[in-house]
Amino acid sequence: MTGKRTMNNYEPVIGLEVHVELNTKSKMFCRCSADYFGKEPNTHTCPVCLGLPGALPYINQSAIEDCIKIGLALNCSVSPISRFERKNYFYPDLSKGYQISQYRWPLCINGQLTLDNGQVIRINRVHQEEDTGKLFHQEGQTLIDFNRSGVPLVEIVTEPDFRDVEAVRDYAKKLQQLFRYLGVSNADMERGDMRLEANVSVRKVKSQKSKVKNTSQNLKVEEELPPYRVELKNINSFRFMVAAIEYEIKRQIEALEKGEKLSQETRGWNGDKKCTYVQRSKEEAHDYRYFPEPDLPELRIEESRVKSLESSMPELPWSKNKRFEEEFKLSTAQAKILTETEELADYFEGLVELGGKEGIDAVKIANYVINQKIGAGTSVEEVLGKIKAKGEGVIGDERELEKLAQEAISENEKAVADYKSGKEAALQVLIGGVMRLSKGKADTSKLKPILEKLLKVVT
Amino acid sequence: MKLTKDQVKKVARLANLPLTSDEEDLPEGEAGKYSEQLSRVLEYIDQLNQVDTTGVEPTFNVSGESNIMREDTTVASLSQEEALSNAPQKKEGMFVTKGVFEE
Amino acid sequence: MQNSKLQVKNQNLTGLTLIETLRGLKEKIFSEEELNKAYLNKIAKLNPKLNAFLKIEKNSRGIPAAIKDCILTKGIKTTAGSKILSNFVPPYNATVIEKLLEQKVNVIGKTNCDEFTMGSSGENSAYGPTKNPWDLNKVPGGSSSGSAAAVAADLCTFALGTDTGGSIRQPASLCGVVGLRPSYGRVSRYGTIAMASSFDQIGPLTKSVEDAALVLEWISGGDNYDSNCRKEKFTMQPGKLRGGIKGLKVGVPKEFFSQGLEGGVEKIIRDAIKKLEEMGAEIIEVSLPSCEYAMAAYYILVPSEISSNYARYDGIRFGNTRENFGDEVKRRIMLGTFALSTGYYDDYFAKAARVRTLIRQDFQKAFGPSTGSGCDVIVGPVSPTTAWNLGEKVIDPLAMYMADIYTVPGNLAGIPGLSVPCGFSKGLPVGLQILGKQWDEETILQVGYAYEQATSRRKEKPKLSF
Repeated sequence: MTGKRTMNNYEPVIGLEVHVELNTKSKMFCRCSADYFGKEPNTHTCPVCLGLPGALPYINQSAIEDCIKIGLALNCSVSPISRFERKNYFYPDLSKGYQISQYRWPLCINGQLTLDNGQVIRINRVHQEEDTGKLFHQEGQTLIDFNRSGVPLVEIVTEPDFRDVEAVRDYAKKLQQLFRYLGVSNADMERGDMRLEANVSVRKVKSQKSKVKNTSQNLKVEEELPPYRVELKNINSFRFMVAAIEYEIKRQIEALEKGEKLSQETRGWNGDKKCTYVQRSKEEAHDYRYFPEPDLPELRIEESRVKSLESSMPELPWSKNKRFEEEFKLSTAQAKILTETEELADYFEGLVELGGKEGIDAVKIANYVINQKIGAGTSVEEVLGKIKAKGEGVIGDERELEKLAQEAISENEKAVADYKSGKEAALQVLIGGVMRLSKGKADTSKLKPILEKLLKVVT
Repeated sequence: MKLTKDQVKKVARLANLPLTSDEEDLPEGEAGKYSEQLSRVLEYIDQLNQVDTTGVEPTFNVSGESNIMREDTTVASLSQEEALSNAPQKKEGMFVTKGVFEE
Repeated sequence: MQNSKLQVKNQNLTGLTLIETLRGLKEKIFSEEELNKAYLNKIAKLNPKLNAFLKIEKNSRGIPAAIKDCILTKGIKTTAGSKILSNFVPPYNATVIEKLLEQKVNVIGKTNCDEFTMGSSGENSAYGPTKNPWDLNKVPGGSSSGSAAAVAADLCTFALGTDTGGSIRQPASLCGVVGLRPSYGRVSRYGTIAMASSFDQIGPLTKSVEDAALVLEWISGGDNYDSNCRKEKFTMQPGKLRGGIKGLKVGVPKEFFSQGLEGGVEKIIRDAIKKLEEMGAEIIEVSLPSCEYAMAAYYILVPSEISSNYARYDGIRFGNTRENFGDEVKRRIMLGTFALSTGYYDDYFAKAARVRTLIRQDFQKAFGPSTGSGCDVIVGPVSPTTAWNLGEKVIDPLAMYMADIYTVPGNLAGIPGLSVPCGFSKGLPVGLQILGKQWDEETILQVGYAYEQATSRRKEKPKLSF
């Protein structure tokens, strides 16, 4: 049995949870510097993030604003009342024995994001929480550094709307691009700024027969989610995520084909063996005992604050993409490349503005920037000069050249006569005429045969 | 309601509380004692069921405050020495605990 | 002036109230050194019997205050009465300590308390119970046991305690001193070991009502560390304390005279209410119907918060491992863990949080000027009994919980409460509880002061002849 045939009967059901570490100056609930990466262990801590007795949290406003911006960018509505809650579990990297997170009253809910393939992914929530410390395993002992403890994290949770791995990749890349556009995070996967968790399950696609009987009951059956869900955790690159999900889909289909019953579990990705492995089974599942964080009064985000945050946001990558297509007549692919970073997009717009004054077309600039892999740091004048020099500013259209040549011929009766009398050099006079008329932009290599052709006709 | 010995053990596990003399063959171990004591408290608490709370909003905080936030500025952290000053075990500037499985 | 000097000189330094002490220092009738020496001598003599202090700080400067051992003192061991923190030396001061230091107050010692403030008798301390200065065979009440005993026995000018369900007022009542639990959010909790975060407040135990008002002025106000704490400091309007109580409406809830209230205590409380009436207050009977369920709601909400607050005690960053928790702490952690666990949250935690709303509404109605009874204060007993014998209720957690039956309702609502000595039943002190509107400590202090001045209660001291 081939994998392909198996896939034909099953479809994956995937939901994604993305955690992004915000690049605020201070931590989420205390005033320690959040710039912990690569610092000496336990030098960025205080009673609050160390979870010492008596310490209390205090909300960092910038983090809340960043979270709301992410929510707004993903078309969420901002909850008029939101609350922090405590997520209780024991692990040595969790200093207080609970993580301050959001559960019943998240900051942002009910958003969506449209993928390149046109699919709309529903966003269940965008909420604020805090990071944990870091563990290092050494000779049977575990060492703990709490520098990262309390760094603000935003979690973005989708509905289980993905049906293929490519869509997951596109979604994750789009989020990374968004975080960078908003300037809320470097979203570096390797450094752990951005972390992915996928919930993967598979289900049988309804047969052709039942498709015909398209009753409401059948529709309901199709929408039913599989009775289990495998959570893939700690994936630190897009490549590993794709590999892990693909592996998991295959594993699950094979298990179901063998008549096995799949259950709720958490699995990790082993990059060496290229397989997933069980981290926690259903029996060991946590009971987080969420309850409202009594140390923090509720947040009441007013409409006016939402409006002012919205107006402070930059043009989002997907809007920019669309505008580039429309305004500059770029292809979708071109626009996507040029809007990959806000820096490149701004640089390109600068080129277009200046190039326009010199009659250089946006599409040509786009082609040149993309083909030559021009970086946003390069001097604008230099690039435009090169485009001209390379002939990118040249008039190459034969019809247009013919028009110009005809004009030059009618202006230079003497040169025409000289040419007819055998003076080959007179052709240079006519070429010069065309160049003058085209402000030097005519493609000389194409001009000679056009002029020769026209002069044959002129009698 | 009553809390059975098994429930007490489950709750103790969830709360990361080691119960002493938890051996199965010791009926009067800590789980037994707590089962009896907590059941009495829970039976008392059950009178809450007599209260009609339909349409009543819960109270989680009585400070009357909301939107308490601070600016994103930093202050000095504790030194590594201060941070570790109460740790029973430390190594290489870090806290130490018995080995846990790498997740 | 000459008169007051003489008055101060003729008294024992340790017998002075805080206000009198400040005056004595200001007028250079005695020095800080003399003051501290007097207290340290008395502590050396009496503490071995009372076990009020767990740690004594030998200072010669400042105004000596006794600090409950759940309040963090930088560089001074803080155990909260628990074995878990037997070696814990905090790297920071609680906000209240910082605020007291600004007033030249010094920590003369850390006082004994029920382990992590969970208890009503002081017997849950891992370091042995504190004894009641009025009768060494009796409990001093709890959980601010050492603070109450230290004030009663004149071992400090004043003390700080904490009150989650009654832990300032109840021991103040049982030891015959003044105890003030401020409104929730009046005093920053930063650096005070949390029991139940949405209930805890720090407050003074003092030798007079005026002292309590002054200490509250000192310790109140925001610090940008406790998000639930009001920025504004408490200030007593000039003249308000001495304003008398003529025309004030004093509510007496019939629920505070329920079964379980000792006859001797009830008589003294009724007498005190009569006294208030004689002084010109208008007494009105009010009803707080939902308060019947206060204890049940409290023993869901408080343990739930405890189960989470006590997760940090894992023996990694500080302290000893979790098997060192005492029985009462374990009971509450388990009860709370259960109340929050899957399948029980709605029936227990959420239900109790709704009942909390009803209790708040009861008080709002009683205090409401237009819609309710328009009370200025509500009075009743602090504790249903006087101090009981050591060991009497240790084996019965539920009986112990009921010691707080009259102090818990106000804490569910977040309102302030004062305990003022109002007499003796069989030789043991009884406290009158005065509850006020949230943020209106001023009026309860005004009533407490008027009552105190009109009676001779404050002058009575335990006879400690050992």
